[in-house]
Amino acid sequence: MFTGASQFALVGILGTGGGALVAVVTALLLGARNSLYALSLRSFVTTPGRPSIVRTMGQAQLTIDESTAMAIRYPQGSPQARHAFWATGIAIYVLWNLGTLIGALGAAALDDPRTLGLDAAVPAGFIALLWPRLRDRSTIALAVVSAAVAIALVPVLRPGLPVLSAVLVALVAERLMARRRA
Amino acid sequence: MIWPAVIVGSLGAYLLKLSGYLIPERVLDNPRLQRLTAILPIALLAALVGVQTFSTGSAVTVDARVAGLAAAIVALALRAPFLVVILVAAATAAVLRGAGLAP
Repeated sequence: MFTGASQFALVGILGTGGGALVAVVTALLLGARNSLYALSLRSFVTTPGRPSIVRTMGQAQLTIDESTAMAIRYPQGSPQARHAFWATGIAIYVLWNLGTLIGALGAAALDDPRTLGLDAAVPAGFIALLWPRLRDRSTIALAVVSAAVAIALVPVLRPGLPVLSAVLVALVAERLMARRRA
Repeated sequence: MIWPAVIVGSLGAYLLKLSGYLIPERVLDNPRLQRLTAILPIALLAALVGVQTFSTGSAVTVDARVAGLAAAIVALALRAPFLVVILVAAATAAVLRGAGLAP
């Protein structure tokens, strides 16, 4: 799985006793944005002529926040956009997975992750991924409400499920945004 | 159930990416779907922050993770890089626990 927020969510939910299905659903909902990244990247990184399926498959795996952000700074279809996409994607792919491997091997050597504060590292990772997305008052409000609703549901629902309440909050938020625009 | 979840999750995450390149443009070209996809990560990540900080199993709890989160927010406000943010949060929680100041 090469999409950081989804990877964190899957591990975080499995690690805190959430079910496998809930973990997968949450990870995939977080990964859905990559579809739209791919859609907008088409005109930036695709070479003229018939697209090669192997190339498209590699392109798909490297489609993440960072590679998209780097590519769309350059003109559509330009060599710079393609280079930015592939260089960013491959560099992060190698380093990220190396980091995952080191983490997996290192964690096995630990007695109690709580002593090192590693349970605090998990929410810190999520807020670091969230931070750059909090661009205005409405996104901050959405984040605060989503967190509050999920925490409120912790005693009521099975572990893992409270996080999915965020989907309902997002659906309501989308309607409010649409109405304000109309 | 860890490995099935990892494999199914990885495959699904990949197919979501691939679908953006392969399916006809007009299917994903829906303003409502685009707005929702843009805000969904904000809502989900915020919910994960809340639950992973303030709960243990099915109980709402307050422990050293809250201080870790506060330290992470300070680090983010100071534009610290990703890894530093995580290390600051973990170190804050570890020090508070080591000193017996927080569970």
